Amino acid sequence: MASAGTFAQSNESGADSPKASARLEGKGGRATLRVEGDWIVVNAMELDRELDALKPEGGQVTFDLSGLGRFDTTGAWLLDRTRGQFEAAGASVELTGGEEAAMSLLAAVQKAEPKPQKRPRRKASAFVGMLARAGAAVESLIAGTREAVGFTGLVILVFARTAVQPIRLRFTSLVHHMEEVGLDAVPIVMLMSFLIGAVLAYQGSEQLERFGASIFTVDLIGISFLREIGILLTAILVAGRSGSAFTAQIGSMKMREEIDAMRTLGLDPMEMLIIPRILALVLMLPLLGFLSNLAGLIGGGFVAVGALDISPIMYLERLQQVLEVSPWHFWVGVIKAPIFAFLIGTIGCFEGLRVSGSAESLGQRTTQSVVESIFTVIIADAFFSILFVSLDI
Amino acid sequence: MAGDTRDKIIEVRGLRNQFGSQVVHEDLDLDVYRGEVLGIVGGSGTGKSVLLRSIVGLNTPAEGTITVFGLNLRELSDDERRMAERRWGVLFQEGALFSGLTVAQNIQVPLREHLRLSQDLMDQIAAVKIGLVGLPPEAGSKFPSELSGGMKKRAGLARALALDPEIVFLDEPTAGLDPIGAAAFDQLILQLKETMGLTVFMVTHDLDSLHAICDRIAVLAEKKVLVTGTMADMLKQDHPWIREYFHGPRARAATSAWSDERSHHAATVG
Repeated sequence: MASAGTFAQSNESGADSPKASARLEGKGGRATLRVEGDWIVVNAMELDRELDALKPEGGQVTFDLSGLGRFDTTGAWLLDRTRGQFEAAGASVELTGGEEAAMSLLAAVQKAEPKPQKRPRRKASAFVGMLARAGAAVESLIAGTREAVGFTGLVILVFARTAVQPIRLRFTSLVHHMEEVGLDAVPIVMLMSFLIGAVLAYQGSEQLERFGASIFTVDLIGISFLREIGILLTAILVAGRSGSAFTAQIGSMKMREEIDAMRTLGLDPMEMLIIPRILALVLMLPLLGFLSNLAGLIGGGFVAVGALDISPIMYLERLQQVLEVSPWHFWVGVIKAPIFAFLIGTIGCFEGLRVSGSAESLGQRTTQSVVESIFTVIIADAFFSILFVSLDI
Repeated sequence: MAGDTRDKIIEVRGLRNQFGSQVVHEDLDLDVYRGEVLGIVGGSGTGKSVLLRSIVGLNTPAEGTITVFGLNLRELSDDERRMAERRWGVLFQEGALFSGLTVAQNIQVPLREHLRLSQDLMDQIAAVKIGLVGLPPEAGSKFPSELSGGMKKRAGLARALALDPEIVFLDEPTAGLDPIGAAAFDQLILQLKETMGLTVFMVTHDLDSLHAICDRIAVLAEKKVLVTGTMADMLKQDHPWIREYFHGPRARAATSAWSDERSHHAATVG
C-alpha cells in the first residue's frame, strides 16, 4: 500500500524531480537557509508552504544555494520573495554557492517582479453587490433598447432610400440570401408542419369525437393552421435557422474588422449586408408560411382520412366551406409573415453588429438573437390577435 | 561540424507532409540542439509553419519520425504526451490568446491544467511572467481584445513560458511589430534564452532578428531543409534563392547594420 502511495505522489509532482526544500539552520544573529532540490514550478506549492512556515528574523542570514538542482523563473521568484521577507524583518541577506546561470536568472526575475503594492481588497457587501448588478443590468437594458430602436430606424431609412433608388439594392446578394433562408428551409419547414398538422388533427379528433363532431376536426386544423400555427411555426424555425446565422455571419465579420474595411472602402454595410438579408427574409417568410400551411393541411388531411371516417373529398369540401365563411383566415396568417420576418432579420443583424472582440461574445450574441427574435415574434403575434379581434376578422 | 557532439533536443528524420496532392515536405531532416536559437526561413508556402505544427504534434506527418527530448512523439501514450507537452511552449502568430479570459487568466491556464497550485500562488506567478515579458502590471487584468498587436505577442509568450518550458516555438514573433518593438522582442528572447537556458525554434522573416539572435539558420526550400548554418555561412551560399534572400536590398541594410554593430562592439571591447 505504501509503495502505491509513493508512486502516485512521484507521478503527481512530475516524474523524476526530487523534492525541493528550504531549511533554516542556526539562531540568533547568524542563520543559514539551505536551499536544496529542484526549485521549479512543479514543486511550487510545497515550496510556498514551506517558505510560509519560516520565521524570518533579523541578523546575518546566508542563503546557501550549493544544494540547488534545477531552477526556473518560479523558483527564482520564490527565492527572491523569501529574501524580501527576511530583509523586511531586518536581516541582511547574503547569497552563496549559486551558479552563475542561477544568479543571472535571479537578477532577471528580480527586475521583472511587480512592485509590491497593497491591493486594496475592499469586499463590498453582498447586498450592495446585488444592487450594483441590478443597476448595471437595468442600465445596459436601457442602452440596448435605445440602440435597437436606433438601428430599426436606420434600417427603415435605408429601406426607404433603396425603394427610391432601387439601383442601390445588391441584387445578387439578395438572391443568394433568398435561396439560403427560403429555398433551403423548405424541407424542414414542410416536414415540421406536416407532422404538427397530423398531431393536431389526431388530438383534436379524440376530443371532438366524444361529441360526435369529428367533422369539426377539419375546422380545427384549417382555422388554427391558417390563422396561427403555420406562420408562427415557420417564424420560430426561421429565427433559429436564419436569425442565428445572420448574427454569426455579421458577428464574425465584425470581429475580423471586415465591416470596418467595408466602411473605409466607401461601402455601406447597411446596404451590403443588412438590407439584402432582411429583405430576403421579408420576401421568403410569407412563401415559407404558405408552404407550411399547405403541409399542415395535408398532414391533418392524412389523419382525417386515415383515422376518421372522412373521405378526401369531404375533407376538401369542408375546408372550402370553412374558408368561404371567412376568407380572412388565410390572410390573417399571411399578413403577419413579413412583419415577423422584419423583426427576426433586424434582431439577427443588430445582434451581429453588437459582437465585440471575443469568441464568447459571438456565442452570447447568437443565443441572444434567437431568444429575442422568438420572444418578439410571439409578442407581436399577441398584438395581432388583439388587433384582429377588435377588427372582428 | 563539431556540432554533432552537442545534445540534440529535436530530431526530425525523413519527414513527409502532404495535403491532398500537394507535397509540402519530402524527406526533410532537421536537428535542433539544446540551448540554441534556430531560425527557420523560407519563401511563402514552403511549409515553415507546417514544420512547426508537425513538431508540436498539431499536424500528423504522412511519413518520417520526429523525436523531441529523445522521445518519439507518435509512440507515446496520452499521459506521456502530456508530460512532454508541458516541457515546451508555443507562441502562435497572432498570439492565440483565449479571448474570453484576461491575460493573467490566460497565463494561468497551463498552470491550472498541469499543476495543483493555489490561486494566490498562480496570481503571483502570472504577475512575474507578465513582468518578465515586459508588459506593464495592469495588463494582467485586460482582455486580449484590449491589447495592441505587440502586447498580444508578449502575452502569448508569457503564456508559452508559464510552465518554464525547455523549448519555445515561435511563429513569426516579430511580424507586425514596429522596429523598436521587434528589437525589444528580440532582446527579450535572447535574455530568456541566456537566463533560462531555453531552446528557441523560431519561424521568422525578419532579417534583423536572424542577425541579432539566431545561433543557426535553417533554410526551407525545395520541400526540405536546404542548408543549416550560421549567418556567416548563409552569406557564403550560392543557391539562387538563398543569395536572393540574404543579399537582396533589404538584407543588405540589415547586414551592414549588423557588421557595423559587430565592429563597433569589437572596438569597444578591444
